[in-house]
Amino acid sequence: MKDLGRIGFSEDQAALLEVAADFCQRRSPVATVRRLMEDELGHDPAVWAEMGDLGWLGVAIPEAFGGSGLGLAEVVPLVEQMGRRLMAGPFVSTTLAAQALIAGGTEAQKLEHLPRLAAGEAAAIALGEPDTDWEPDTISAAARRGDGGRLSLSGRKILVSDAGAARRLIVAVRLDGAPALVLLTPEDLPAGALRRETVIDETRRSFSLTLDGVTVAEDRLLDPDRAGATLEHLHLAANLLAAADMVGGTQACIDYTLDYLRTRTQFGKVIGSYQALKHPMVDAYTRYEQARSHLYSAAHCFNEQGTGEIAVRMAKAAADGAYSFAADRSIQFHGGFGFTWDCDAQLYRRRAIWHAAQFGDAAFHRKKLARLLF
Amino acid sequence: MSTVDPKDLAAFAEQADAWFAENVVRDPGFMLPLTFMEVGTDKQFHFLRDWQNKVWEAGYLGAAWPKAYGGGGLPQAFQSAATRAMRKHHGPIMLNAIGINWAGPLILEMGTEAQKAAYLKGILSAEDIWCQGFSEPGHGSDLGSAQTRAVRHGDHYVVNGSKIWTTLGRYARYMILLARTDPSTERKYDGLSFFLMPMKAPGIETVPIRKLTGEHGFTQTFFTDAKAPADGLVGPEGGGWKVAMRTLEYERGARGGQAGGYVSVGANAFDVFDLARRTQRGGQPVLEDPLVADEMVGFLMEIQALTLNGQRTQVPELVADRPQGIPLASKLMGTEMSRRLNDFAVRLTGARGAYYVDEPDAVDNGLWARNYLNAFSATIGGGTSQIQANIVGEHVLGLPKS
Ligand SMILES: Cc1cc2nc3c(=O)[nH]c(=O)nc-3n(C[C@H](O)[C@H](O)[C@H](O)COP(=O)(O)OP(=O)(O)OC[C@H]3O[C@@H](n4cnc5c(N)ncnc54)[C@H](O)[C@@H]3O)c2cc1C
Repeated sequence: MKDLGRIGFSEDQAALLEVAADFCQRRSPVATVRRLMEDELGHDPAVWAEMGDLGWLGVAIPEAFGGSGLGLAEVVPLVEQMGRRLMAGPFVSTTLAAQALIAGGTEAQKLEHLPRLAAGEAAAIALGEPDTDWEPDTISAAARRGDGGRLSLSGRKILVSDAGAARRLIVAVRLDGAPALVLLTPEDLPAGALRRETVIDETRRSFSLTLDGVTVAEDRLLDPDRAGATLEHLHLAANLLAAADMVGGTQACIDYTLDYLRTRTQFGKVIGSYQALKHPMVDAYTRYEQARSHLYSAAHCFNEQGTGEIAVRMAKAAADGAYSFAADRSIQFHGGFGFTWDCDAQLYRRRAIWHAAQFGDAAFHRKKLARLLF
Repeated sequence: MSTVDPKDLAAFAEQADAWFAENVVRDPGFMLPLTFMEVGTDKQFHFLRDWQNKVWEAGYLGAAWPKAYGGGGLPQAFQSAATRAMRKHHGPIMLNAIGINWAGPLILEMGTEAQKAAYLKGILSAEDIWCQGFSEPGHGSDLGSAQTRAVRHGDHYVVNGSKIWTTLGRYARYMILLARTDPSTERKYDGLSFFLMPMKAPGIETVPIRKLTGEHGFTQTFFTDAKAPADGLVGPEGGGWKVAMRTLEYERGARGGQAGGYVSVGANAFDVFDLARRTQRGGQPVLEDPLVADEMVGFLMEIQALTLNGQRTQVPELVADRPQGIPLASKLMGTEMSRRLNDFAVRLTGARGAYYVDEPDAVDNGLWARNYLNAFSATIGGGTSQIQANIVGEHVLGLPKS
């Protein structure tokens, strides 16, 4: 049997987990979450600035480029706590854009852009396309070499998180028959290129990006030799951080439901005493603990060739199962209130669906695992 | 206890490895039981008793128990190394499970000095086999309602009533017995007392019960004016419920202190994976069926999660929210997975799933079906899964009692 991964936990992870648990709880109470859902920008710039001051945006950026030189393993506890508080903002998108540059950028690009990201300039990645294939190298948006060494782009990207706030966009295209990554800034985009999408998770800002008519200088191309490997890396990194957000959300959703089950009374009894509710909550809880174990194994083993991929896919598949189940039951176990806008169960259920739809759901990753393991 | 010198530990582990490599008998010429709950023949019993004795004499059982009581007086890491070596070389199970895993640790923690001196060494050497008299025909999950009576007469109690599902009942020299010393208490729990009870005494009769697999393993135990010595009480008279609950914590692995080794060798997801890889259906490897493949991946994820859960409990920061959660839920998670996994294994064998043990055309001698049927021993024994779910719901999730 292949090595499936193991738990390891660094002092940095522990310290960040503690700080993030406190910060996210204070800065993202559910009333704030709901207020920001109605806000066009969708997040609080003051909180974003605080995260920058805490150094969170540079956690996984090398010291030479203004970061603290840790890895995604240390980002995981941050995102887990953000997910737990349904926090909004471009943190994950910016972290992934930095990963794209670290894994696939030229030295000049790293020097120019990474310090800005570490300092708190928002960025995003644009991978998905209307064909909705989750494979990272299925790309039909194109770049063509034109006059004066400029690249002309065409095609459309969809479900681009945080494109509206981003000052840098890393876009997957096809160039000379191979995958490539191009860096764009908002100034490169013609009016109307970005359209805000209506998405199930209303804490999130997601955009469709039309590339037709966009031209950029060739030095915006990330290292072409590493584009394939970078896309693969981004796919796994995105799934790792999604799993972190989902595990945090699962915990919160279970706690939220338990509060109701401990207080609501029917037939003269607190409803949590009924096994028809109690036992499914135990199922939700054991699935949560398993998902969290997978998550911290994936974080620890992320950089290990082979094992990292197995552990990440297991983590995302387990998190999808756990979050979906916990949130689905949460709606049901709140009765009529569960059917309302005001009940938080819907927030968790929507966020779980969003994550399942991004970068592959449980079935997708389990199919990949069958190929990796058998 | 002293700190561990890595060099000593490595040398010990190496010795253990060599010892098990040399001494494990893989095939004694008859079928061995999968768990201590399935010891059905005298041949199996004597073989396993000799084996445990040999392991103990070599220093690989009870290595972390105090020397004064037959242990090795070493840090726990040494016993863990010995157990790993045992597993690596597929050593047979430890027979005296109730003694080494729960009666023994309980006596170590709560017993009197005289009780420790009298019982612990015999538990390790397997000279004294132990059984457990908790369940009764009328009261299983509702253990607190147990009715077997114990009435004080001078230096002993007179016991009347019956216990059931007594694992190793036919072979046991001692029983941990939960009996009612006072039927008039307001709370049913307050009338119970906990005894270390001799089994080879007048007035005790053990009647074998046949299991769903057709084999034997447990008994019904009848008490007719049997004598329980008063110095065999653990805790005060009327304080038996608390002692019984502590016993169950040891039994369910929610509390450490066991003597070591393992007491069951059920198939795990990797064994079933091996079965899947060598199974064909319609001329195709069965794993090429996407439904089968997906189910197999699910089990590999699950067994990996349980392994990782165990590792995570060693990282306090990662279990801070509910420190008792994983320990209290592990019996439920592990035994339920095992039951579903063995069911999956039987289904993997397709049409041959219809065969049973000893049929020459059966896959692996029909053992998968037997594994599956036996898997219920763990989802029922030691507290059913439904009772485990109540415990997790109430003690971990804070929900009110059902
Ligand atoms: C292989 C094996 C070995 C055993 N060895 C021993 C032994 O050595 N010594 C010993 O004392 N006992 C032993 N037992 C007994 C075991 O502990 C009991 O069988 C078990 O606790 C269940 O009790 P019961 O059989 O009376 O079932 P019951 O308690 O009658 O349960 C019947 C069904 O009702 C469910 N149920 C009961 N109460 C509740 C509730 N409150 N909420 C939800 N569901 C509930 C149960 O889960 C079960 O499905 C053994 C059992 C097995 C299978």
